[in-house]
Amino acid sequence: MNVTLKIFRYNPEVDKKWHYETYNIEAEPTDRVLDLLENVKGYTDGTLSFRRSCAHGVCGSDAMRINGRNALACKTLVRDLGDKITVEPILGLKVEKDLIVDMKPFFDNYKKVLPWFINDSPLPEDGKERLQSPEQRERFDDTTKCILCACCTTSCPSFWASDDYLGPAALVTAHRFIFDSRDEAAAERIEIVSETHGLARCHTAFNCTMACPRDIQVTKAIGELKMLTVTGKLE
Amino acid sequence: MNTHQFDVVVVGAGGAGLMAGLYASKTAKTAIISKLYPTRSHTGAAQGGISAAFGNSEEDRPEWHTYDSVKGSDYLGDQDAIEFMCNEAPQAVLELEHYGLPFDRTPEGRISQRPFGGHTNNVTGKPVRRACHAADRTGHMILQTLYQQCLKNNATFYDEFQVIDLLMDSKRAVGVVALEMATGELHTFHAKSVVIATGGHGRIWEITSNAYAYSGDGAAIAYRRGIPLEDMEFFQFHPTGIYKLGILITEGVRGEGGILINGKGERFMTKYAPTVKDLASRDVISRAIYLEIRDGNGINGENYVYLDVRPEVVNRYAVLDGRTKPDGTPYTVTAEELLKKLPDIIDFNRVYLGIDPMTQPMPIQPTAHYTMGGIPTNKFGEVLDENNTPYAGLYAAGEAACVSVHGANRLGTNSLLDLVVFGKYAGLRAAEYAKDTDFASLPADPTEFTRQQFDALRNADGKENAMTISNEMKKMMFEDVGVFRTEEGMRRALDKLAELRERYTHVRVQDTGKIFNTDLLNAWELGNLLELAEVVTVSALNRQESRGGHAREDFPKRDDQNWLKHTLAWKRGEKVEIGYKPVTITKYQPKERVY
Repeated sequence: MNVTLKIFRYNPEVDKKWHYETYNIEAEPTDRVLDLLENVKGYTDGTLSFRRSCAHGVCGSDAMRINGRNALACKTLVRDLGDKITVEPILGLKVEKDLIVDMKPFFDNYKKVLPWFINDSPLPEDGKERLQSPEQRERFDDTTKCILCACCTTSCPSFWASDDYLGPAALVTAHRFIFDSRDEAAAERIEIVSETHGLARCHTAFNCTMACPRDIQVTKAIGELKMLTVTGKLE
Repeated sequence: MNTHQFDVVVVGAGGAGLMAGLYASKTAKTAIISKLYPTRSHTGAAQGGISAAFGNSEEDRPEWHTYDSVKGSDYLGDQDAIEFMCNEAPQAVLELEHYGLPFDRTPEGRISQRPFGGHTNNVTGKPVRRACHAADRTGHMILQTLYQQCLKNNATFYDEFQVIDLLMDSKRAVGVVALEMATGELHTFHAKSVVIATGGHGRIWEITSNAYAYSGDGAAIAYRRGIPLEDMEFFQFHPTGIYKLGILITEGVRGEGGILINGKGERFMTKYAPTVKDLASRDVISRAIYLEIRDGNGINGENYVYLDVRPEVVNRYAVLDGRTKPDGTPYTVTAEELLKKLPDIIDFNRVYLGIDPMTQPMPIQPTAHYTMGGIPTNKFGEVLDENNTPYAGLYAAGEAACVSVHGANRLGTNSLLDLVVFGKYAGLRAAEYAKDTDFASLPADPTEFTRQQFDALRNADGKENAMTISNEMKKMMFEDVGVFRTEEGMRRALDKLAELRERYTHVRVQDTGKIFNTDLLNAWELGNLLELAEVVTVSALNRQESRGGHAREDFPKRDDQNWLKHTLAWKRGEKVEIGYKPVTITKYQPKERVY
């Protein structure tokens, strides 16, 4: 099929202002949007710039706005979009070139929630694993799936309004540790996510849940954190 | 001029690089440099598990793991290194758990383990539960956990810096040159120790499970600086990639009871591996699939077979196999249980093929997957020359390295184990060396060779297109230097590679800018792939036997008399020079490999 592919373009070394370029290319319905971008870059315009690596939805490099919705270019197929496709950079982060945005504010927010396991108690005497029941493990399973692609955070109106909001991805990471029965720093993390740039900025728009390419129930996870700050109970 | 000084510089931030960085940074000033954000690294794509002979669900021993790996390697692995890795495995996996890695759990709360190809109870010969897993995203959890630990320990990262050159002072590493992608500036990292952990080069082949990033940068850089590459003819084709796309379908699917089915509806692995059947070693199954397809037994006569994990199919074959659960009751699964254990696999099928593996079988074909060869090291990550003498201050770990613990064929789950164990020791050794030594001086013009390579790509006549060359290479390598090989096919491949390499000198990148010039970097990476494809092919053409992942139709038998030795390949001008070194054999004398 013939696809009309409209791509947001901006090269700070050449352009005063961003613009769109349109490309007509032949595609299979099963092609990924990433395949189309590779095609344009390889055969038509080598200056087209975007990030990508694994090409099957697990590394999180190629988050973009595709027909107005945040998604991974490697996990979005032509057959689900039709023959008119518009690709733009994710919102709320500075565009560095074409589809590449500055990820630093996103990772800075991630680092604020202490995104590492904390347990300073002595290890079990046999030196083996800390025990955790399958039910305890299941409690935070959903939020371990996050690949830090930023689809959620950059779909969030509160994040667009101000990038000092921690954003859904950082809150998902906080959830992953707070609800891990082995972790001991829940109180510290709850304090961090309870500050004004944290949970209070979530207005339950559900954009994050809709955007997540890993099908994480992001709004639900944030809701559980909110509930926790009210009840003080980890269940 | 951007010059930085670090005791230790680690190149690559996947599992091996992060583990090396984590350990080195405990005692030495360390930088971890990666062309990707660390969490984008390809370790994150590993699915099924990391092996350790804990025996959490049934009896198991590190000696069995060692023997299985030696046998899996088709006796080409160095047995001292394999034994070391398998003995370290339980502690290495526990260390990950102590870092918070969310492994799945047994009812007793211990790390859950599943069967995997080639891992057996050495007494009964039956598959053993040895692969410790976190659903079907074990690599993702390892990558996240190690990155998080590095952040906790304030490791220094240079994200999106692509290393282009290794600086050597005779036989001593003195640093690397990297391009900062956001600015296009070159940076010189002056170091006492350099650890190369850049992963593999599976992008040489058309159908591959590997990321775009897998362009063999570290191996190509080292090779250009005169360091030999070991056993490059041994590349693993994983039997179950999604048809046409190559996306990996973990062996864990077969661990959970999935069955391979040909176009006649037969479970064909009973013919090729009567004891462990669908859980035979990967090379064995990939060849079986090829032979089935060649005999017209593909699905509808096409180039694929089915991997069937529908619960009723799993349960039917589990009864036939007499398979039991750890508590001795008959093994059964439900769709709900499989969905929990294999969520990503089910998702890949739904997204890319529009099929539901709970009600339909998955179309699969072998896919280029893992680099067994690489930069020669010992079990401490020290890079070795042909006399097994270490280069001073130079280390390698993970898929970029060849210890060799995988020999001619790697067992599933041993790659994650490899990168955790040898990443750690490479980091420790690198820091130890740095502590007792001073900085050696940098070359007068450290970025000279890097600039030369880039200038060539900027100033060529532009008669050729990089993408066209890349696609021709991949297609040809998949056909002629793939699962099965012949002298005729490989000679054709070498002619084609010579042509492609000549045409590559006419490639001119379109992007003349500095900011995120991925056009330039992609073209440079293609140069690495072309260079390594030639090393792979020359190494393969020279080895006149079949062993593990190297299957020659014209030499179908393993030949221990003449070929129980490692290949080494050097760059001599524009030629590949081949030499050999002995395999270390300790406890296990080679014997016929039957599954």
